[in-house]
Amino acid sequence: MVQVDVQRRNNVVVTGRADGPTLLLAHGFGCDQHLWRLVVPKLAERFRVVLFDHTGAGKSDRSVWSARRYASLDAYAEDVLLLCRELDLREVVLVGHSVSAMIGVLAVNREPDRFAGLVLLAPSPRYLDDDGYRGGFSRDDIDELLASLESNYLGWAATMAPVIMGNPDRPELGEELANSFCRTDPEIARVFARATFLSDNRADLAAVTVPALVVDSAQDAIAPPEVGRYTHEQIPGSTLITLDTTGHCPQLSAPEAVAEAISAFAGAL
Amino acid sequence: MTGARSARDDPGQDFSALLEDSAEDLYDNAPCGYLSTLLDGTIAKVNATLLDWLGYQRDELVGKRRFTDLLTVGGRMYHETHFAPLLRLQGEIGGIALELRAADGRRLPVLVTSKVKTGGDGQAKLIRTTIFDASDRRSYEEELLRARQAAERDRDRLQRLASTLQQTLLPPKLPDVPGMRVAGYYHPASADQVGGDFYDLFPLTGDTWAFFLGDVSGKGAGAAVVTSLTRYTLRAAAVYDPAPAAVLNALNTVLNHEHRGVIKHFCTVIQGLLTPDATGCEVVLASGGHPPALVIRANGALDVLETPGGMLVGALPDARFTTVRTRLSPGDTLLLYTDGLIEARSELTTRFSEEQLQAHLEAMAPTSAQAVTDALAELLREFGQGVDDDTALLAFSIPMIADHG
Repeated sequence: MVQVDVQRRNNVVVTGRADGPTLLLAHGFGCDQHLWRLVVPKLAERFRVVLFDHTGAGKSDRSVWSARRYASLDAYAEDVLLLCRELDLREVVLVGHSVSAMIGVLAVNREPDRFAGLVLLAPSPRYLDDDGYRGGFSRDDIDELLASLESNYLGWAATMAPVIMGNPDRPELGEELANSFCRTDPEIARVFARATFLSDNRADLAAVTVPALVVDSAQDAIAPPEVGRYTHEQIPGSTLITLDTTGHCPQLSAPEAVAEAISAFAGAL
Repeated sequence: MTGARSARDDPGQDFSALLEDSAEDLYDNAPCGYLSTLLDGTIAKVNATLLDWLGYQRDELVGKRRFTDLLTVGGRMYHETHFAPLLRLQGEIGGIALELRAADGRRLPVLVTSKVKTGGDGQAKLIRTTIFDASDRRSYEEELLRARQAAERDRDRLQRLASTLQQTLLPPKLPDVPGMRVAGYYHPASADQVGGDFYDLFPLTGDTWAFFLGDVSGKGAGAAVVTSLTRYTLRAAAVYDPAPAAVLNALNTVLNHEHRGVIKHFCTVIQGLLTPDATGCEVVLASGGHPPALVIRANGALDVLETPGGMLVGALPDARFTTVRTRLSPGDTLLLYTDGLIEARSELTTRFSEEQLQAHLEAMAPTSAQAVTDALAELLREFGQGVDDDTALLAFSIPMIADHG
């Protein structure tokens, strides 16, 4: 049996108060753990903060990524649980942004005893509209998104692909992180987008037994407010905070408010 | 003549009149689109060029629409998940391919560059965006994309073809030999090319079995043709006269005939016979230029079955091949391998030498056919990119007494 070095595979970074309660921050589709940059300093004052990159993203070990395994969100949830086991994290408050909110739902439902709470930031249990449900996107929209990832292949590859990190001959390039932490291998982005935007996790919400907090933006083109409300209504006993901000990444557009919401929720558990 | 020229004579004056083109006019009618938005994306200012491209009136956009409203759905997702976060974190982002949706639904491929403008207090104030028409570039990219997809499809087909062809050069399943354990393994160095390694095991008359393992020089289709010829020659010759040296002589003759007028391929082969009996197995084998077979004895000793003087098969008309005999007892394992194994490089620098292989095997004793091929297969996987040649393994073992029944 080959031992997986999860810390290396998922570029795990642990920071903050060693004796504080544990926050595990999971980034969403698109970038990597850098997306938490503006909230980490505040959270680190009170919590032990564990950051990681999903397999295939950021500085994770891309050699272990496979299109077959990562075609479903379950694989990402398994990675999260493996990471918790390897680092022996207990009483974890898992904070999942965007698709990682649903990855978080899958993870806490599998091992509820490991988690003290779940924060769902800009979540959506299903992006596609359905009978009596408005996810915000039609099937055509999603097809168009997937096609646009396909056609961005070149533009994306040309503007984002230059590997400028870890070049020992030119250390000065390490400073110049232009675009690199949202650098996505087009193949990986396509598989992740498919897993993300075609998933339907509505039925998993009712099974959440750990305390849950839903945080969303007043204006979000990807997860509109009614989706946040739906998520809140379906998770028994959850709390909803809608922030007066715009965009799908409130941890960037309203970092203080997000840090405060997480801190108040996790601190009270 | 000296003195000031009159303004009327000065050709520079017309030029400066042109330069007095107002900044405002330049903004509005620049050959690219300009757009300024508030931090939440609400459009605050837009130039005439962009309005013209999109077919909107200024008052339809300013204060009413967000930048993302101008994007297609895919573009909007991309904007929310990549573009906007990067812009927040870096203050600028450049050269991103997006599509704008015009008032009449037309799509306009563009390249977008945005920069956050900060006030004197360092606080972000607004986002300035420059938009270039990329229609021509997009069609060119689509052409490249199609070419790339076609190339990927061709490569897939080539790989399927190569692996199918490869499979025809190896036995689909090794037969059972009474009282023995048998295992084979093939490690292709490249998915694109058919390698030249081969092996086989098949029954002859009575209680005797013939086997061979070898390596044809070169790779690709040419080598595959010779491998196929070699394999069938060895099988046919073994039926006619099973003595291993005689079989190699027959192959040598066939390959030398084959060479006339074409690029020369030759091979290294071990050809052998197994005669199992109640307590073990008699082995006789002959080698033509091949790395020696190894016997890992039950007691940990390693016998190297040297065949001095055995020549490459197919290189010279009058080649000579040497025969060697041994006996396998319970717990002994006979291993044949091709040189891809000992040429494999660990850490991309040091080669895995014959001595290292032997030390590795000695440490495994007593072992079995399956255990030794599994262990070496694992080793090859660890070498990963370091394996630049194909590798074939064929192993036979006699189970320890306790294993019987």
